[in-house]
Amino acid sequence: MKDVFIIGAAQTPVGEHWGLGLRELGATAIRAALADAGLEAGTDRIDALFVGNMLGGAVNGQENLGALLADAAGLLPIEAWKVEAACASGGAAVRAAALAVASGAQDVAVAVGIEKMTDTVSDRLAAGLASASDGDFEASHGLSFTALSALLMRRYMHETGASREDFAPFAVNAHASAAKNANAMFREPISVEDFLRSPLVAAPIGILDAAPVCDGAAAVVLCSREALAAHHRPIRIAASAAATDTIGLAGRGDLLTLGAARSSAEKAFAASGFGPKDIHFFEAHDAFTIITALSLEACGFAPRGEALKRAAHGCFAVGGCVPLSTCGGLKGRGHPVGASGTYQIVEATAQLRGAAGANQVPGARVALTQSIGGHGSIAVTHVLEG
Amino acid sequence: MDLPRYHRLTAPYYRLEGQRCAACDAVQFPPRTSCGACRGADLKPYRFSGRGTVYSFAEVSQPPRGFVGPYVVALVELEEGVRVTAQLTDISAEEVEIGLPVEMVTRRLQEKGPHGYLVYGYKFRPCLERSAARRAS
Repeated sequence: MKDVFIIGAAQTPVGEHWGLGLRELGATAIRAALADAGLEAGTDRIDALFVGNMLGGAVNGQENLGALLADAAGLLPIEAWKVEAACASGGAAVRAAALAVASGAQDVAVAVGIEKMTDTVSDRLAAGLASASDGDFEASHGLSFTALSALLMRRYMHETGASREDFAPFAVNAHASAAKNANAMFREPISVEDFLRSPLVAAPIGILDAAPVCDGAAAVVLCSREALAAHHRPIRIAASAAATDTIGLAGRGDLLTLGAARSSAEKAFAASGFGPKDIHFFEAHDAFTIITALSLEACGFAPRGEALKRAAHGCFAVGGCVPLSTCGGLKGRGHPVGASGTYQIVEATAQLRGAAGANQVPGARVALTQSIGGHGSIAVTHVLEG
Repeated sequence: MDLPRYHRLTAPYYRLEGQRCAACDAVQFPPRTSCGACRGADLKPYRFSGRGTVYSFAEVSQPPRGFVGPYVVALVELEEGVRVTAQLTDISAEEVEIGLPVEMVTRRLQEKGPHGYLVYGYKFRPCLERSAARRAS
């Protein structure tokens, strides 16, 4: 497989974009990423566009996002289609683009992650999100996406003796970083007291355990070594890996081991030659604080059941052994579901370029990103090297 | 839930019917096209006893479209060792604890399908014997 490089990266601010639809958000991110790479739609050769999105059909009544966004961004007649992997769609789109370039079939490929969640009302959105779970044996029984996370969190607390407060460091850390990120949805730090006072949305999950409903789009431009130019600031994709697990939580032998997350991380470490100790920062899928803990354990940053203890010692905060969600993560920056995996890559690219501003991790050279869909039924993991 | 899908699911929904593998004797729920343990394809219908214990639980206060909250959902570990995800009934979230013995009952899952019919299926309630013993004490 050929080496693949990120040469352009851009994002729209994350928030409630009432005046913008899928095509405006998507085209804005794509064109900004192309500009960052020094490319121009219609002039320079761009081989393909991969669109990561989860809810276009269920929430927006709009499928065929490849054609929609290729048209909106002025890229016709480019090859373009949608990649769907629930909340991991944004990571999967980057992987699809990386595979296209690594195979030699294409020289320049764009991946855009996009979600427009505020186009509908809350119960319809909840039904759309629940479609990431087992439709026959979870969603049809009234399990919301949040409730499924709550089943994981309750069992984790039962087995480890953890309290709700023990999950607070993840949310506090995410908001602290988001407060310094101009593109983040939440610009206010929170305290442990705020976390404990927040209302429960699906006990034991409180509202400050959970990432918000929002809109956003992020895009990256990938290319082969042959397509690199002198003006690029390339970041190498050292590894890209994906794996799956049972669609339903009930089918998992060990409920508290995210098998797909672990498997994709192991594959990514093996392919890159790096291990957990070599990672300078980790963009985790912190859609819920329990998923952060399980992702950390799956990636080898803590043994099973130990992530909260390490978090309590500041291991995953700014300046800790593995800084986490350095630009706010899904919790603080926001979680436009099918876009979040691409936001992670865009933010990691900024860090590795030394361009992350107030959130810069000093000397960051190796990054890990992990995008998780359907409570761990699918995971996409990338290792990036600056 | 649309009618064809509901019709297809009535065996597991009404009778908690899964499968037993003829090759390795493992039981599984929901039904699959092969055995999850040995990948064997010779699978016979197997009706689970419906008795088990609560493995984890949560309260849904913001339900998806088609459901009216709040209600309690759980992972139930059946006495055959298989887990199933379902709603709990006849009990409030405050009364549930991990390990609580429960049994399957047939209840209405959704108020109305898109064509006005009711969707029935399994839920789990506290075991009646245990509830009676509690009241007696």
